Amino acid sequence: MSDSALSPEMPSKAAGNLSLLDRLQERWKTIVIIVPFVWLLVFFLAPFFIVTKISLAELAISSPPFTAMIEWADGTIVTIRLVFDNFIYIFEDPLYAKTYINSIKIASVSTVLSLLIGYPIAYGIVRSAQVTKQLLLFAIILPFWTSFLLRVYAWMGLLADQGTINNLLISMGIIETPIRMLYTEFAVYVGIVYTYLPFMILPLYANMEKLDATLNEAAADLGSGPVNTFFKITLPLTMPGVIAGSLLVFIPATGEYVIPDLLGGGNVQMIGRQLYNEFARNVDWPVAAAVAIVLLLILVLPMAIYQYYQGKAAEGS
Amino acid sequence: MNQGRSTFLTVMLYIGLTFLYVPMILLVIYSFNYSKLVPVWGGWSTRWYKVLFESPEVWEAVRLSLQIALVNATVATMLGTFAGLAMVRFGRFRGRTLFGGMLVAPLVMPEVITGLSLLVFFISLKELFGWPAERGFTTITIAHITFSLAYVAVIIQARLTGIGETLEEAAADLGAKPFKVMTSITLPRLAPGMLSGWLLAFTLSLDDLVIASFVTGPGANTLPILIFSRIRLGLRPDINALATIIILFVAVLVAIAAYIMFRQHKRELLDQQMALSGGD
Repeated sequence: MSDSALSPEMPSKAAGNLSLLDRLQERWKTIVIIVPFVWLLVFFLAPFFIVTKISLAELAISSPPFTAMIEWADGTIVTIRLVFDNFIYIFEDPLYAKTYINSIKIASVSTVLSLLIGYPIAYGIVRSAQVTKQLLLFAIILPFWTSFLLRVYAWMGLLADQGTINNLLISMGIIETPIRMLYTEFAVYVGIVYTYLPFMILPLYANMEKLDATLNEAAADLGSGPVNTFFKITLPLTMPGVIAGSLLVFIPATGEYVIPDLLGGGNVQMIGRQLYNEFARNVDWPVAAAVAIVLLLILVLPMAIYQYYQGKAAEGS
Repeated sequence: MNQGRSTFLTVMLYIGLTFLYVPMILLVIYSFNYSKLVPVWGGWSTRWYKVLFESPEVWEAVRLSLQIALVNATVATMLGTFAGLAMVRFGRFRGRTLFGGMLVAPLVMPEVITGLSLLVFFISLKELFGWPAERGFTTITIAHITFSLAYVAVIIQARLTGIGETLEEAAADLGAKPFKVMTSITLPRLAPGMLSGWLLAFTLSLDDLVIASFVTGPGANTLPILIFSRIRLGLRPDINALATIIILFVAVLVAIAAYIMFRQHKRELLDQQMALSGGD
């Protein structure tokens, strides 16, 4: 609009009295960076510092229920009090240790199961004809758009004692009394694999899509069987996809709350559920904060690896 | 690469799709069950839809969830587009590594951690500044924007990388200023990406239970919070009816988005062909 007001040769910075619009045009790049940057600093980074702070505080009977870490004495002297009691408490209480280990175990097993199911599916999609490929991809992504909570709920109906699977098996005469599936660890595995499967398939697909088919032909020409070719060529070349997909399942599964709560009932202890209960029922916020910090420390390495691979993938494309 | 599928891969593909879809199809079928016990078939009926529509709690939760989702999707699309532009088109700037890190972290952060940290943040803010006075619409919307903008940024970055910079360079060579290039070339070409970003942010917000549960206050129940509080106690036929409506709603939204993006993609291909053939 006001482009004609400034001739192309005139360096815009030298112009003395710019209109508001001109000045906006001058500064727009800065605004574009600063607005989301500040948003994330305030609403993403700052909250983590506060959680860290609270994890090092003592439980106080006040609102909010934790003591200040920095206290003003005589208006001049600042005393900083760090209390590691909450962390010591977590490490000494066998319940927490067991819950952390159980979360990692459940997340790891679910990741391996998702990989075993997701890998052939992703490979099947890549090997399909162009139009089918698009349709299949769409079919895999679609459930990801529908409610996570409702997908978990769907399995409650399937796995319950009076649920669809038990009713079917009983009516077919295979079993006489219902098999207990809901509110067991098995149900939690099913729930995690079901809800996170698209996260495994999509990175695998993106990676396999770039594979060079001629490599497989060359291997076949040189007398390599399909199994040998798979383990010597396809699998090593798709490792970045395997790692990205596995991390995308493992990281959120470790902190999962909804699935252990709805499908595991009280029988499956996972740290996300423990953390939520800590905060909701016990109102011991310093301990809840410390539980969150320890969970974050466990996941920092997988997250860093994921980010490293994402960065490499972005450079590659 | 397209060498045809082996029988094993085809079978796995069908098993996988069955695994993904059968639970949801059953969920929908049982919403039309007359019986009060969800898995016991008592004949076709729409009674649970009637029960659902007559519940004021459900309507209130739907209203709150839609309000949050609309504001969230709009703000997150704006912020996410800004962030995507900054990461892909602006080269190096101070704090870029930190910025990039903060853009990826919300995608992989366990929800319980994000939820807890935002809750203590809002409480600390209230202690210091008296704001936000009560938790509900505002706090949930802020929390949702924070993670949604990261998802939008991913889509925008992919789209920006995909469309390349040739048109923008051409416009700049012809004398267009960077701002003009942005508004008349980059943003129109980004529109499909922004639309899918908006829709993703919208559905992410409608879907979120954990973070909303942490940052909400008494009385402010979003739809997932309401559903969760009911299904914790077991199966409920009215929730099956609600699930069916939500699944249909989302499917229609996704179909529209897919159609728009497909049309845009076709038009771009046509443009390219015309440019190549009619260049002289």
